[in-house]
Amino acid sequence: MVSSETIQAIQARFPSAEITEFRKQFRVCVPREIVHDVLRFLKDECGFTLIIDITCVDYLYYPKAKDRFGVVYIVGRPENADRLIVKTFVNDPEPTLPTVTDLWEGARWLEREVWDMFGIRFEGHANLRRILLPEDFQDHPLRKDYPLQGRGERHNIPVVTRDMG
Amino acid sequence: MPLQRSELSQATDEVQEYLWTMNFGPQHPATHTTLRLILKLEGERVVDADCDIGYLHSGFEKLAEHLNYNQYVTITDRMNYVSPMANNVAWHLAVEKLMGLEVPPRCQYLRVIVAELARIADHLVCNAAVGLDTGAFTFFMYAFNPREMIYDIFEALCGARFTNSYTRVGGLMYDASPKAIELIREFLRKMPRALDDMDRLLTRNRVFVDRTKGIGVLTKEEAINRGVTGPIARASGVTRDLRKDEPYLAYSDFDFQVCCAQGGDCYARYLVRMAEMRESLKIIHQAVENLPSGPVHVDVGQRAIIPDKWQVHSTIEGLITHFEIIMQNRGFEVPCEEVYCATESPNGELGFYIVGDGSPYAYRARCRPPSFVHFALFPHLIRGHMLGDVVAVLGSLNIIAAELDR
Repeated sequence: MVSSETIQAIQARFPSAEITEFRKQFRVCVPREIVHDVLRFLKDECGFTLIIDITCVDYLYYPKAKDRFGVVYIVGRPENADRLIVKTFVNDPEPTLPTVTDLWEGARWLEREVWDMFGIRFEGHANLRRILLPEDFQDHPLRKDYPLQGRGERHNIPVVTRDMG
Repeated sequence: MPLQRSELSQATDEVQEYLWTMNFGPQHPATHTTLRLILKLEGERVVDADCDIGYLHSGFEKLAEHLNYNQYVTITDRMNYVSPMANNVAWHLAVEKLMGLEVPPRCQYLRVIVAELARIADHLVCNAAVGLDTGAFTFFMYAFNPREMIYDIFEALCGARFTNSYTRVGGLMYDASPKAIELIREFLRKMPRALDDMDRLLTRNRVFVDRTKGIGVLTKEEAINRGVTGPIARASGVTRDLRKDEPYLAYSDFDFQVCCAQGGDCYARYLVRMAEMRESLKIIHQAVENLPSGPVHVDVGQRAIIPDKWQVHSTIEGLITHFEIIMQNRGFEVPCEEVYCATESPNGELGFYIVGDGSPYAYRARCRPPSFVHFALFPHLIRGHMLGDVVAVLGSLNIIAAELDR
């Protein structure tokens, strides 16, 4: 578990960060303008050099939610199991965030997946294209307003019969 | 997909004119799963590689939002289908962390046993595939034989050999029968010998060593910067093992070593996996011999697990709990919170980021798949090596496409 000195150091450096705790996990909620600075601070000065995950949650139907998308960065220390969750919110119509690929090589595919599934642009990413879905796919299917059964993509696939050879 | 410049490509356009482009996969025996590589070759030397994935994308994370916490365990089986038990344990550990449930000791021990059996099965398949792809077919057969015993154990535990779905929120599907325990003991007797055979066949084999040593080297700094975990990181000298660093379940009760290597190449990854299987045997041995008695489910009052039939029919708490859980508009009590919980799966850190909204369905269940992070390494590892090394590197990363694409 992350020590309270680290948490105090983050709070002292970034007074606008809201730090909460749940089940012995610390979550640092920061405005989107400073998320890159926070992550750089964690990596360079607090020893969180391991990028574990980057993901996103669409809070469209979430009770009492104020913002649409919450982007979650999970960083850890490579010598033990300490990890910290950094969270920031972005909203329509232009959900963009600065890329963290300059800090972590491992963020490349993780950011591509978030773009693919949620349509959040990472500015400065060298190759932000779809990763799991086809290039010509239009939607971002993990958004809450995208239905479970899709929007007819399957029906548009041409059927090849035996007669057509 | 037309060939695009890889995001890591450093070659200029004039140099690229003289290069060959070769398509590898998605249906190729040596990819073992459905993934595609676009290799750029200069003669037989790989200049660059581009990964094209998503052939097995089936929307597991979207399904998680429409299946309840118990139903989704069937989907986790299909993520890393070589070690489904480890995924089951990881998923329900995350759900229980969200709900604040603590499972009883017998359940913890049994979960440790199945997770470690799954680790052995996974490492057997991975090392067998590396051997097969580098020309050691006999080794493949020797590795697949003990794997059969593991599936017999799983069958005795839960009735399914492959897609087990063994765990439940707050417990397990069934308690372990004496027959299953006997099978595990028999496996513990036979497995060391099988491992010795495998060691003697391949570990000092000149052809195998030549084909894997110094191939696909990953340094410690790169491993950390690229988010690599599990045996691949440990083969590069990162000592991180969640079983030791953050002992979940009952791992703090057992005596075992974290296996690391310095080389960072395909051979080091093979050695780490071989050593980890022996450590897993030690853990299973300790867990089986010290298996606590008692229930495998949380208490009926916790309202998490469907009680036994006799409890439903003869106690009022059992009847109420059964009703509460079965009825559509009731079910689990889940806080409106978010939690990340990770386990040391055979492939690396398998984590779930679950957002609960009070209903028995996850609002969002993100799976942090180790294969996805590890496959991003591939162009970096293969650059400068020969075409024949592609399969050695690919095998040593242990890419499972279902987990890669979800």
